[in-house]
Amino acid sequence: MEQNKIRELSIIAAKSRILGLDMVHRAASGHIGGSLSCMDIITMLYNGVMRIDPSNPQDPDRDRFVLSKGHCTPALYPVLAQRGFFPVEALEMFRRVDGHLSGHAEMKHVPGVDMSTGSLGQGISAAVGMAMAGKLNKKNYRVYTVLGDGEIAEGQVWEAFMAAAKYELDNLCAVIDVNGLQIDGKTADVMPTEPLDEKLEAFGWKVLKADGHDFGSLQEAFAEAKTVKAQPTVILAKTVKGKGVSYMENVAGWHGKAPNDAQYEQGKQELEAQLKELEAH
Amino acid sequence: MSEKIATREAYGNALVALAEQYPDLVVLDADLSSATKTQGFSKAYPTRFFNMGIAEANMMGVAAGMATCGKMPFANTFAMFAAGRAWEQVRNSIAYPGLNVKVVGSHGGLSVGEDGATHQCIEDFAIMRAIPGMTVLCPCDGSEMAAATEALLNYDGPAYMRLGRLAVETVTDSIEGYHFELGKGVTLRDGSDVTIIANGMMVQAALKAAALLQAEGVQARVIDMHTIKPLDAALVLKAAAETGAIVTSEEANIIGGLGAAVCECVSENCPVPVVRHGVADIFGRSGKAEQVLAAYGLTPEGIADAARKAISKKK
Ligand SMILES: Cc1ncc(C[n+]2csc(CCOP(=O)(O)OP(=O)(O)O)c2C)c(N)n1
Ligand SMILES: [Mg+2]
Repeated sequence: MEQNKIRELSIIAAKSRILGLDMVHRAASGHIGGSLSCMDIITMLYNGVMRIDPSNPQDPDRDRFVLSKGHCTPALYPVLAQRGFFPVEALEMFRRVDGHLSGHAEMKHVPGVDMSTGSLGQGISAAVGMAMAGKLNKKNYRVYTVLGDGEIAEGQVWEAFMAAAKYELDNLCAVIDVNGLQIDGKTADVMPTEPLDEKLEAFGWKVLKADGHDFGSLQEAFAEAKTVKAQPTVILAKTVKGKGVSYMENVAGWHGKAPNDAQYEQGKQELEAQLKELEAH
Repeated sequence: MSEKIATREAYGNALVALAEQYPDLVVLDADLSSATKTQGFSKAYPTRFFNMGIAEANMMGVAAGMATCGKMPFANTFAMFAAGRAWEQVRNSIAYPGLNVKVVGSHGGLSVGEDGATHQCIEDFAIMRAIPGMTVLCPCDGSEMAAATEALLNYDGPAYMRLGRLAVETVTDSIEGYHFELGKGVTLRDGSDVTIIANGMMVQAALKAAALLQAEGVQARVIDMHTIKPLDAALVLKAAAETGAIVTSEEANIIGGLGAAVCECVSENCPVPVVRHGVADIFGRSGKAEQVLAAYGLTPEGIADAARKAISKKK
């Protein structure tokens, strides 16, 4: 990928991280850890992979995105806002009783959100349905979804994996955010899911691997996914939960906790320094 | 009224306190042990705790299997996923064979707050109550929760119990003669003009509503109906006969839950006006718990309004 493009994407992601941290701190609740881990993936999707038009969010020919790990709205909403689906100021309404930006992804009230999610394991099934409808309607849109590595313990996820292979959904690309953590600790301890590559291959999926914080690596994987025929693709994206805020990185306790004022200040300083660094070069 | 403690916290403490006395008690969770408060048990009794990952349906089936081998499983997750996600597993693998599994749903109702509608289970009373032979309960405070947990350990059969997220005032410990028994409601306050039958955190709200009504000269009886099924029909019918009007109050959809159970009982045996106070058949939303509850009228004022309405319908 060109240096310029990498810089542009890195800046969007850095700004989104700041906005996401702001949202969670202001609301005094929300899921920051997993949002920081999938921030670069979602930034990549909406700024270089997906065919979308923020001025026409209901375009029937648009590519679709389902945030199967629906708690990570502090990643999705800032990316959508910066992409122009709604004003960045609207993020202030996150999780407020008088607002419309609910804690989990919400399609009825938030422009750009293609599916309401929050109950883990269900988003991937909806993505399969969208891909099947695309085939049926002879549309050439593509469907993307991001799952958590804890989420895939849900049996429904594997039911969806089977269905996607059966219907040869080469218009479907799933990303698993492999950050190694869930709420109660390490995924390897709570419910081991590895080896994901072998399991998914056995389920009939094309398996690709990427560094979930490297835009070059991500773009390459998404480009390759577009060339796959007659089977769905999954990208196993290696990530760091809490990426960008030093004290949150790889700490399970930051799954669904809001930082206090001092922690917020420190996190914000770190993220702003990262943004400045990017803008200077 | 004494200390404030969430019923989920009191439940978690009770599991630890009762573990030695009930060696067959085992606890299962689905990656929410820090929120459901089974974490204390998991640390104190690691060999009797099983984290089944984010896989609620499987957890219920596993609990059923353990129960067939003499274990006493308590299976825990949020109410939404215990009653909702795994409903059919609870119905067919636990309730139908009559197995001794306790399904425990934490974070019930709108007081989940910020997480929003996908996590605010308002249907659990209705759908769990609809299963034949299922005991369904929702204790109101920490003291009652401790007693309920022990009562469930002494009850051999399938049951669903809802826990709350918020810290709530302990009210039952200061009621003279208070005694917990599964399937028996408790009269917390006497009154002759109307009866408020509530469960969960609406019990505290009902007591406050009764105080508001008293200021208007209305004497409201308050019944804590911690067990929704089997319903304490005798206590309900006594209240119907003696006060002539009933308000039910629950942090749940007004369809199918405590209100419905009371209506069924009263209309078949002693018809009097019943006004169901609860969530008016709409989904919840994100927001601070207190603000969400207020936006949906789940407040003492809301209950008092319902009581005035019930009284106005008296013949
Ligand atoms: C069906 C269901 N069960 C439980 C939860 C509660 N929950 C929310 S996030 C989470 C952990 C998710 O872990 P993971 O999928 O690894 O997400 P990430 O690490 O990316 O945040 C759990 C258990 C839920 N939202 N849905
Ligand atoms: Mg994870």
